[in-house]
Formats: sequence, structure tokens, C-alpha cells
Amino acid sequence: MAVAAITDDYTGERLDRVENFHGNQIVYFGWDHHLLFCAPFALPLPPDMPLGALIEETFPGIFGQHPEFKDINWNEAVWHLNGEPFEPKMDVSLTGQGIDHKSIIRFATPGLDGIGGTGT
Amino acid sequence: MSAKRLTLKEKYRLLTRDLDWDYSYADRKEAFPYEEFEGIKITDWDKWEDPFRLTMDAYWKYQAEKEKKLYAIFDAFAQNNGQQNVTDARYVNAVKLFLTGVSPLEYQAYSGFAHVGRQFGGVGARVACQMQSLDELRHVQTQIHAMSHYNKFFDGFQEFTHMHDRVWYLSVPKSFFDDARSAGPFEYMVAIGFSFEYVLTNLLFVPFMSGAAYNGDMATVTFGFSAQSDEARHMTLGLEIIKFLLEQHPDNVPIVQRWINKWFWRGTRVLALVAMMMDYMLPNKVMSWQEAWEVYFEEAGEALFKDLARYGIEMPPYAETAIREKEHLSHQVWSIFYNYTHAAAFHTWMPDDKEMDWLSEKYPNTFDKYYRKRFEYWRELEARGERYYNPTLPMLCQTCQIPMGFTEMDDPTMISYRQSTYQDERYNFCSDGCKDIFDHEPEKYVQSWLPVHQIYQGNCGGADVETVLKDYYRMNLGTDNLDYHGSPDEARWKEWHNLQSAEDLQKAS
Repeated sequence: MAVAAITDDYTGERLDRVENFHGNQIVYFGWDHHLLFCAPFALPLPPDMPLGALIEETFPGIFGQHPEFKDINWNEAVWHLNGEPFEPKMDVSLTGQGIDHKSIIRFATPGLDGIGGTGT
Repeated sequence: MSAKRLTLKEKYRLLTRDLDWDYSYADRKEAFPYEEFEGIKITDWDKWEDPFRLTMDAYWKYQAEKEKKLYAIFDAFAQNNGQQNVTDARYVNAVKLFLTGVSPLEYQAYSGFAHVGRQFGGVGARVACQMQSLDELRHVQTQIHAMSHYNKFFDGFQEFTHMHDRVWYLSVPKSFFDDARSAGPFEYMVAIGFSFEYVLTNLLFVPFMSGAAYNGDMATVTFGFSAQSDEARHMTLGLEIIKFLLEQHPDNVPIVQRWINKWFWRGTRVLALVAMMMDYMLPNKVMSWQEAWEVYFEEAGEALFKDLARYGIEMPPYAETAIREKEHLSHQVWSIFYNYTHAAAFHTWMPDDKEMDWLSEKYPNTFDKYYRKRFEYWRELEARGERYYNPTLPMLCQTCQIPMGFTEMDDPTMISYRQSTYQDERYNFCSDGCKDIFDHEPEKYVQSWLPVHQIYQGNCGGADVETVLKDYYRMNLGTDNLDYHGSPDEARWKEWHNLQSAEDLQKAS
């Protein structure tokens, strides 16, 4: 029983189907232990966008307010996709490396522990 | 022959149980179509014990007297310019949060209790619910009247009903009640009648009403006192529904347990708004959120669940997480609102030195370790004229709809992420509680109207955030939103009290 309902076989409308985002898909981005940003971000992105372009063009706009952002060594960043360890390929599209609609990408930056070393 | 005067007992019988009748030509199941689909088994409605004995004629008389007094106080508050006597104008933001976030829930409760007050097969339960329905309708009205005076002097009140249906953070309390009202009548009663009105109510009303008392808001305090006798009735009804369901049939026990688990967790997530209000928005603090949680949930809740153990009901499994979160909740939620104050219809601010010390004292294990440095950095930015606002929209939890700002309790600087896949689509959550609620009834929560996704789908009247705020949310930008410092609210307050701003004082010296 996928819901307690008065009618048999009740189904709900899926409000966030990828078709509803005008050619984009939603991807979430979180920088581990950097809670200056109170929560991960949600972005509508073209599925064929290469991940490298995203990091170069989009990340400064969303993470750049953090004073440690300029010190990130991207070769040492540790990535997770939907909770699993992940090796990003910078020249491959989002969907080409399994980053589908409503996926979560997290990255950690060892050595950068946030403002005052408190995960901010 | 003159009419015989009825004894109280007779009158009570005629005006409650006697309002029912036997169905001679209609099918009882057709008359009460919502009674079976939830799996709850009722064997004998006559076993329902009326939680309070009140007849409608006594109700009108008693409430009319109460409200006459209440409105006399409102009048006096207005005539004496009561708005000038609150501690300071920052306090009024707690009132804004109440009017936009809580008062519309009273209206939802009115509607919900009217519905179950029609749908229950037992007349005793119907009459009790109808009476609570009227209480809730009176409460929304009196709250609006109590707070309308502030609307003349402060920003952010003017579109509260419109905003309740649309604004991102108000989707949290709104979806909570939508969830309850769209459930069956028994789940609604366990959700609102028991979990909310009985288990968690003291964590909502006591903080707001004592917060009002500590901060000179006589209008809101008086409303609180006036509602108290109603709330006492609501609590007895909530307890009666639980005992009745558990005593009717053993098959009801696991269903009721699951509902208690669910609504305890849904309720604690909504109360996160109260946590930040207590610790950050009251210039005169009553007690910390942690202290309130310990008194009203840990102590009172433990006694309650001990009492329910004889029916086989246990403490909700998420209580353990909620108890650990008490040392973090208010700081994390205030951080969310501080990040996104440009998109809110009330002001936020950073605590001053004295307030920071109060937080350190009240939260010795967490405040200095995890939050003080963050807040000091934000204060630094503000002092440089670069007050921090977060321009990118946040990820929301599919169930509670709060931005994903809650962290793992084993690692409080790590966001808590949970995910489910249902019919090839991913759904994301802030906690085990929210994930389990989805997993049990995915067809309900695939319909969540998540404000961030709705903006990205273009359903909120514009692609850029400013248009959404101005036209779709109807916020007056530059007055309703942004930091308290520099707001028109602050300027008016200073003018009333001939206070100079810190900058003016500096210039003068």
C-alpha cells in the first residue's frame, strides 16, 4: 500500500518530474563541513553540461563567498555522488557519469576546515 | 403547563448523545464513508467517554464572556500605544512569525475538526470535535485581531494569508497541516488531537505566550490566557482518542504507534521554528529551547509514554535523535533564516555580545564549539558593510520541506542526507524520520509542492528571485525583508524612543 486512501489504486501527481524543468534537471551541491552555507544548493542544469564547466563557471557564483574557496585544490577534493564515493570526470556531461535528476554531489576539501576551524 | 426545567444531566444528554439517530433506510457505512479505509477497527462507539461535559448553550455563554474581556484588553492595548512598550522592535518579528506561520494553522485545524466532527460514526466524538472546531475558528479570529494592531506600525504583516500559501518557509507549517487534513479521520486525530495538541502543544504555546509576557506584549499574553481553557479541553480530547482507539481493538495498536512516530517527528520539525524564536528572537529570554524541551518533552513526555506502555505503545524511535538535536536545533535554523532573510517577511540579526554569552552559557556543549565562530564571522562581514546573504536557492527535504540545514548528531558539521528511490525517481530527506514517512506512503509525498522546485519550474511568476518575492509572495522588498539593522522597523522604533543609531553616536563623538 503506497498510501492510505479512500479509493483503490490512488496515485499522486509527481510534481518534480524532470520533464517539468524545461530541459534542465535538478542537481544538489554540498561542500562538506562548510556551514557558512546553511544547506546544500539546488540548481537547474542542462543534463549535457560537462562537470568541469560547472565547477569553473557556476561554483564561483555559489561557493565563492567563502574565504576558503580560492584555496581549494580541486585535485585533492573528495567527491560523493548520492552517498557513494565518486571520481568526477571534468570533460564528461552530468548524465554521462551518472549524475541524474535530483542527484546529490558532495565534495570535501581536506585541510580546509572552515572559518575558525569549526566547520563553517 | 409551563415547560419543565431540565436538569443539567438531561440537558447534556439531549444536546450531545441524543443528537444521533438510528438509520432506518440508509446504509450507515454510506453515511460515514471514511471510517474504515485506514484499517482502524471500532467495535463499539458507545465506549467513547466524553472528555469534557459542555453543552452548546453553555459554550456560547462562556466564550462570549471571555471574549468580551479579551477585546476590552485589545482596545486598551491600542489606546495606550502598547506597540511602543514591547522590549524592542526585534520582538515584533516573533509576532510576525506567529501570524504568518501559526495562526493559519488554527484555521486549518478548524476545517480539519469540522471534517472529522462530521465523519466519525460515534456521536460523542462528533460533538467533541465540532466544539474544538469552533474553538479553532475563534482562535484564528482573536489572534488576527490581537496582532492587527501591530500591522499599523510594523512591516511584514499585511499579506499573511496570501503568504501562508506561497512563501518557502511557510510551506513547512502549511504542508504539515495539509498532510494531516488529507489523511483519514483517525490519523488526523492522532496527528493533531494527540501528537500536536497533547504531546507538543506546550512547546508551541508556552514559548510564544510567555515570550510575549517577558517582552511586554500584553495583547498576545491576554489571548494566550483566554485560549487556555480551550486548550485544556483539546488536550483531554487528544488523550481520549488515543485511549479509545487502543482499547477498541488490538489491531489498532501498530497503526496508532506508526502515526505517533510520524506525527511526533513532523511536529518536532515544525517546532524548529519555535526553537529559533525562543533563543534568538526574544530580546528578553524566557528559557532556552533546550530547557523548554527538557521540561515539556523529556519530563512530561516520559510520564505520558510510561502511562501508554500498558497498551503496548512505545516512545517514538526518533525521540532519541530529537533529544540530541536540542543542543543544535535553534542555531541551525537561525542560520537558515539568516542566510535567506532577503527572502523572508521578517527580519533577522546577529546576537549581540551579551546574547552570545547567554547562548554560550545555555549551550555549553555546542555553542562555542560549533556556532560562535560562524556568527562572529557574519558580524564581521556586517560591520564591513557586507552583510551576508545567500543568493542561491537551497535544497529542501521532500517531507518536512525545510532547507537541508540539519546535521548528523554524530558529526554536527556534516549535513544529514537521506535518499530514497521510488519508481525510478530520487527523493531526498533531512532525516530518518522524514525518509521513513515518505517510504511508507510515497504516493502522498511525491506531490510535495517544494517551493524551490516550483520556482525553477517557472510556476511562481518569474525566473529571478526578486520577481518571485515581489509579485508572487507579495513582499515589500527593502521593508519586510533583510536584516533588522537598517530596517524601517528599527528606524521607527528609534524615533519613538529618541534613540540614536550606533552610527549617529559615533559621529557625534
